[in-house]
Order: sequence, then structure tokens, then C-alpha cells
Amino acid sequence: MSSIEPRLACKPADYKSNVNPIWCPGCGDYHVLMSFTRAFAQLGLAPENTVVVSGIGCSSRIPAYTNCYGFHGVHGRSLALATGLKVSRPDLTVVVASGDGDGYSIGGNHFLHACRRNIDMTYVVMDNRVYGMTKGQPSPTTEPDFDTALSPGGTGLSPFHPLVIALASGANFVARAFSGEPNETANILVEAIKHPGFSFVEILSPCVTFRPDERDWKSQVHPAPVGPTSDPAKAARRIMTDDGFNIGILYRGARAPYRPKIANATVDLAELEKDFEL
Amino acid sequence: MPNAESLSVAIIGSGGAGALTAGNMLLEAACAAGWHGLMTRTVGPQIRGGEAAALIRLATHPIDCMADRFDLMIGIDWLNANRFGAEIEVAASSLIVSDPRGGDLPTVVTRAGARVVELPLKEMAKEIPGGRPNMIALGIAARLLGLGEEPLIRVITKQLASKGQGAIDASCAGLKAGFAAAANLDFGVTLASPKPSTAKRWLVSGNETTGLGAIRGGVRFAAAYPITPASEILEWLAPNLAKVGGSLFQAEDELAAINMIIGASYGGTPALTATSGPGLSLMIEALGLATAAEVPIVVIDVMRAGPSTGIPTKSEQADLNIAVYGLHGDAPHLVVAPQSVSDCLFTTQWAVYLAEALQTSAIVLSDQFVGQAVAAIDRPADVAFIGQRARATEIAGTYQRYAIAAGGVSPMAIPGTRGGQYTADGLTHNERGTPTSSENDHSRQLDKRRSKLDSFAYGDHWATIEGDGDLAVITWGSLTGAVREAIDRLRHSGMNLRLIAPRLLLPIQPERLKAALAGVKRALVVEQSHGAQFHRYLRAHYDLPSDVRVLNRPGPLPIRPSEIVEAIMGWRT
Repeated sequence: MSSIEPRLACKPADYKSNVNPIWCPGCGDYHVLMSFTRAFAQLGLAPENTVVVSGIGCSSRIPAYTNCYGFHGVHGRSLALATGLKVSRPDLTVVVASGDGDGYSIGGNHFLHACRRNIDMTYVVMDNRVYGMTKGQPSPTTEPDFDTALSPGGTGLSPFHPLVIALASGANFVARAFSGEPNETANILVEAIKHPGFSFVEILSPCVTFRPDERDWKSQVHPAPVGPTSDPAKAARRIMTDDGFNIGILYRGARAPYRPKIANATVDLAELEKDFEL
Repeated sequence: MPNAESLSVAIIGSGGAGALTAGNMLLEAACAAGWHGLMTRTVGPQIRGGEAAALIRLATHPIDCMADRFDLMIGIDWLNANRFGAEIEVAASSLIVSDPRGGDLPTVVTRAGARVVELPLKEMAKEIPGGRPNMIALGIAARLLGLGEEPLIRVITKQLASKGQGAIDASCAGLKAGFAAAANLDFGVTLASPKPSTAKRWLVSGNETTGLGAIRGGVRFAAAYPITPASEILEWLAPNLAKVGGSLFQAEDELAAINMIIGASYGGTPALTATSGPGLSLMIEALGLATAAEVPIVVIDVMRAGPSTGIPTKSEQADLNIAVYGLHGDAPHLVVAPQSVSDCLFTTQWAVYLAEALQTSAIVLSDQFVGQAVAAIDRPADVAFIGQRARATEIAGTYQRYAIAAGGVSPMAIPGTRGGQYTADGLTHNERGTPTSSENDHSRQLDKRRSKLDSFAYGDHWATIEGDGDLAVITWGSLTGAVREAIDRLRHSGMNLRLIAPRLLLPIQPERLKAALAGVKRALVVEQSHGAQFHRYLRAHYDLPSDVRVLNRPGPLPIRPSEIVEAIMGWRT
């Protein structure tokens, strides 16, 4: 998070803009927005020193609904844009918002490298296991038998396991949250933002329009039976063998975050041409 | 012996023979002694063991293109020379120095009927402990061109300092053996003495001057993904950005590189990336984002032969279409093209200045020839173009990031500015930045982005315009030097021609080109593109005289001044 002194006594409402979300009634992302503003208030972040960066999809609409600086870029590239921002402006708190299509499919390569680099930012993926904005196609986390117009009878493909991949790629903080529990989600986001390095929070956020079955998530989620570990092997075993509905912080690493090497200018511009002189 | 104002030499050997090392030394020594010079390399795709040739032109005056043919060619071996035979044209009057054990002469030599002298370069090198035939070739070239030993010994001592005294001694012994062997050769011509000059001289590549131009223009962040022939820009920037308080970051791919610079620029740091055609193709979507979100960025495209992987190590001017038309939607942006090694500095600096002033994306169309050519040039004059972005600092009320303002440019709030919070968006947005699908907001913001580019005063830098004849040669980018040389030759024979080379390709400047063409009856368009992309671009946007001819060819064979001369001489009215 930002090294700038936070402002005190902030209310969640201070972090909300007056732009009305385009989300469907009942969408899990409303609660994610609520968790964002609660977490930001809890941390007392200065909105002008906080940037929410996103790509394309329903979840990626979130920046404009906050009162922070925001960037709603192209599909799949939010982490790259946020990386350029954070390494050139380490003073800012950078939160990246994405979805399962944006983050795991078109943006999959950037996900690996963001974990590997371990730059101090928080990556929130609202996973609803479907492309909502384009009306119901399968994403990398969709179950193999989920029938869609694009994949009649289902894709037959095993879903991607984002938490394990994050861990294997070097993410320094891995958590799973459920949008229907905004207080718990806000608490996880607070910890994620405070944790140095690259923090990854997967939020199960139901798409009630194209995945009405996901309304059942409310009864399926449960707190992780044990607290977070700092041992990546242990964390990987737990995540690979759990039922996918363990909620909580699952891994807290101690890898040193990437520190941008930005030194003060040591030479005058006129010095640079010296190498060219005959 | 007659003096020549310009002489060209090719030193050829398979990769590892040291032809490029010898060429670099010859160029540096000649330029330290006061001559102007230009060196290009022709290399194959192999990292080691392929063909290699150092192509050097030395002259008493500034030069921005290679000559029509080589006066002297030294073959350490000819193993792979036929692969690039068309690039090493010689004449009957040329002198070829060939090691008899270096393989068969390339057909370009036998066809021209050039004079061939055989010298056992490898055998001679074996007589020197640690000796290498490339240093003998260097000595021969230096002696025949009219250089003394001293400047070469200085260069050898400097360039081989890290390899120890033994390597220096062996190279100097090879050099002297080459000098001695050349004493018996009749080259028939020597390079005229350089004109005395007090100008500060640089020995640089266009990729290096591009890097310096970027920093001078204000760039303090670069994202990098390696690609031939642009990597040298990034490799020059990496240490030099750090010296001036900036940084370079290696991206996982070109998609990431361009989005990284958008992020950095959004955060207030002028930012750039450099790539070639394949990378530019990947960056196009995000170039549209930067244009729509009005985030200034600069992308250098060092063009190589395409499409697809094409010929990565060789030049072409065929990315004009993608640079000008590649963006989807109506996305007004800047496209500029440097015209020489020296001009890479100015044009890149200017591009940063324009991108920052106009809050849009700028593409700089350099190419492999100008980017990787090493030239001895007079130090370019300093220019005052330093990127300055209109910033919103004191904000009262609701901040309107995309306010419709006179001139189209609206002050940009940088994160950290209290009250300036907004969301930059690639979605059509209103003045506040909020997404909208309203026809009115869409057309107003399109108008805004168009008007800021159209109403800007670009000054005389928009084009190089020289001469006032009624026959104009219209060209662009790195071909400007060859066209200028052709026009100079024809001027000496009494023909008055006009050179028009736009440096600013987007936004188009129809009124200014119209003025430049006043009185022109015929125009010859010269470009290195199979599809005549520049000619089509001119046809699409400008009124040309009724009588137009096109001299176009794809890469990698450079268009030589003599071909331009012939095209003009053969065009009788």
C-alpha cells in the first residue's frame, strides 16, 4: 500500500462515486464494491493516492464506482498497466480489479508474471465462472459440463485453478473471499492491501443472470478450517485438496517485494552524449 | 592519384571472422581523422556463424545514405557472400581483394568484371602470434583509402583495452602487415582530405540517438520487450534512464509493454516503448486506448522487412499503413518519421513533446537502416522541445477530465492531486470521464480528439523541403538521404529539382503540402515498400500533380541514389 500517511476518520461512503453501476440486480459485484469502500475506509486511504485499475468485463466496471483515481483499460491488460503505474509511482496504493475471463483467459500471461514479480499491489478477481458481459460463455473457471450456446453440452475441459497457479508463480498473499460476506471480504482486502508484495484475492461473486445456480454459493462457502500458512507447499496442498469454498487468507508469504530501482538523477542531461563523442 | 570525395568499402567474412570488428575500427579511425562516415552491417539471422559484412562509406562531407556501389571489397572468405550479393554491388573499376582459400568469388563480382587481387590473408595472419585476418583486411583498407596507421592504432588500443596488451599487439602487427601488403596494390584512387572543421563529432547509431532524443524530450519510463532491430534503443535507455532518475522495466510481451507505459504516463511520467513491426501489431489495441483515454505515449517502430517475421535484420518502409490506419475506430494520433541517424534524435524528442502537448499516442517510424547504421555526424543542434503536459493542479468542484476546451486539450489530473480523481476509460465517455453510449458525447469527444491535433501549430519541422524545381521528388523516412544525394548530383548537371519529405505523417497537412507543391508539374514518389504504401497514402490525402511516377521496391535492397537519378533522367517530358 501507499507509503503516504492515511487520512483518518473516513467512512465507506467517502469512497463511493455517484456513478450508478450497470450491474444486474442481485449481482455479487455490488457487494464487492461495498467491500472495497469498507476496506479503504478501514485503512483510511486517501482517495487521491489510491488507484483502482481494471480491464474489461462486468467486474472491471468497478473503478468508476469508487471515488479514487481509476483506469478502465483494455481487455486482459490491467496488471500490466498497473505494473507500469506502480513501478513509476511507488507512492500510490494500487488495487487491480478483474474477472475470470479478463484475468485468467485473455490476461493469463500477465497474471503469472505479476505473481512472479511480486510488486506491491493487490489483485482482486471477481470469479463468477462465466463471461457475463457477452452473455454467458464459458470462462477458464467454468465447470466442464456447463452448457452454453458457445459450448453445447459443456466444454469438457477441466477448470483452471487460479489460487494454486498464483502460489506456484510467486504471489505473496493468497486468499479466497465470498462477495455475499462483505464484512469478511473487506477484512481480507485490508490484510491484502497491507501485506507487502503481490496480494491475490479471489472473490467468488455470483452471476445471478447467467449462473443462477451460483445463488447456492451462500450455503456452500465456509471459513477455512485453519489459518494462513507461510509455507507455500503446505498452502498448495490445502488449496488443491479443498472443496473450492474455503474462505479466508490461505497463504501469507514473506518474499521481499520488488522495489523499483528509481534513483535520483545522478548526471546532468548533457552528460549522456559523452559516450557518443569521438 | 585522383582524389574522391566519397569512397565505399565492404569487408566480408562469415560470422566470427571479425569483419564487423574491422569495419567498426575503420569507421572510428577515419571519423576521428575528420572524415564523415556511415556503416551498415548485413548479417543473417544466425547469432554466430552466418554471413556478415561491414559496409562502410567514408566521405569529406556529411552523408545519409550508402553509395551506389563499393569501390573496394575485401573478402576474408566468401562462404556466404552470395546470400547478400545484391546488397554489395561492385563495378568493373572496383578492386576486390580476395583470399584464394576463401572460397569462390560471389557472382556479383564475376558478373561486374571487377579487378581481383589475391592475397593470402589467413596465411599472413598465421605468421603473427595471435594474428587474425580481419586486422590484415583492416590494414589493407586503411592504406588504400589513404588513412595513416596512427589513428588506427589508437582505435585498436582503445577498443581492445579490455582484452590485454597481447591482443592489442597482435592486432597492430596484423594492421601493419596489411599496410605493407597494400603498398603493392594499385587502387587508382584515394579519399580526398577531410575539410577542416571545429564541429563536435559523434559516432552513433540511429537507435542510440533515438534513445537520447527520448530522454531529452522528457521520457523517464520505458517498458521493454526485446525485438530486432529495436533492442539497442532499449539497451541504451536502460542504464541512461537510471542516470537521470528514470527507469526501464522489462515486460513479459509487447501487450504488457505498451500497457505499462500507459500506466506510467497516467501516473504522470512521460513514457515510451520501442519495437518493430510484429510488436507494433500487438500494441495497436492499446494505442487506441491511449488515444481514447488521452494518455500521452510514444512508440518507436524500427521497421524491418515484413509481413510476419519477415527479415528481422533488414530494412523496409512497409509499416506505414499499420501506423497510419491500424487503429480501429476513428483514432487521431501522431505518426512521425526520422530522416537520418542525426534526425532520429530530433524526431524522437519532437514526438515526445507532441505526445505530451497533445495528450495522445505518437508512433515514430524509424527503420533498420537508420536505426542500426553507425554514422559519424556533427553534433546535432540542441532544440527546445521538452514535453510539457497541461496538468490540473488546483481543482474546484467536480473535475472534468475530458472538458471540451478551446484547442481540444484539457488539463490532466495526476494521481496524488486531491479532488482530481477520475477514471480514465477506453469506453466512450462524457466530459467527466463517465462511460456513456450517447451519440452526443461520442461525437463531442471524437471532435475534441480530432481538433486538438488539427489545430496545433507543428511549425516547419513537419517536412524537409529543399529546392524549387517543377519536378518534385517526394519521399519519407530514411530514404530522404538517398533522394537528396540524387538531387544534388542532378543539380550539378544543371537540373533543378525539389525534395519534399514529410516528417509528420499524421495528422495530415494538406495545406502545407499544397504550398510545398506550388509550381510542381511532375512528382516522383520514392519509397521502400512493395505495395507503394506511401504513394497510396499521398493519393488518399493530398492533391498531387497530374503527372506522378513511383519508384518503389521492397526491402532489403536499399534504393540507391543512382536509381533515383536514372528514374528522373529516363522521365523525358
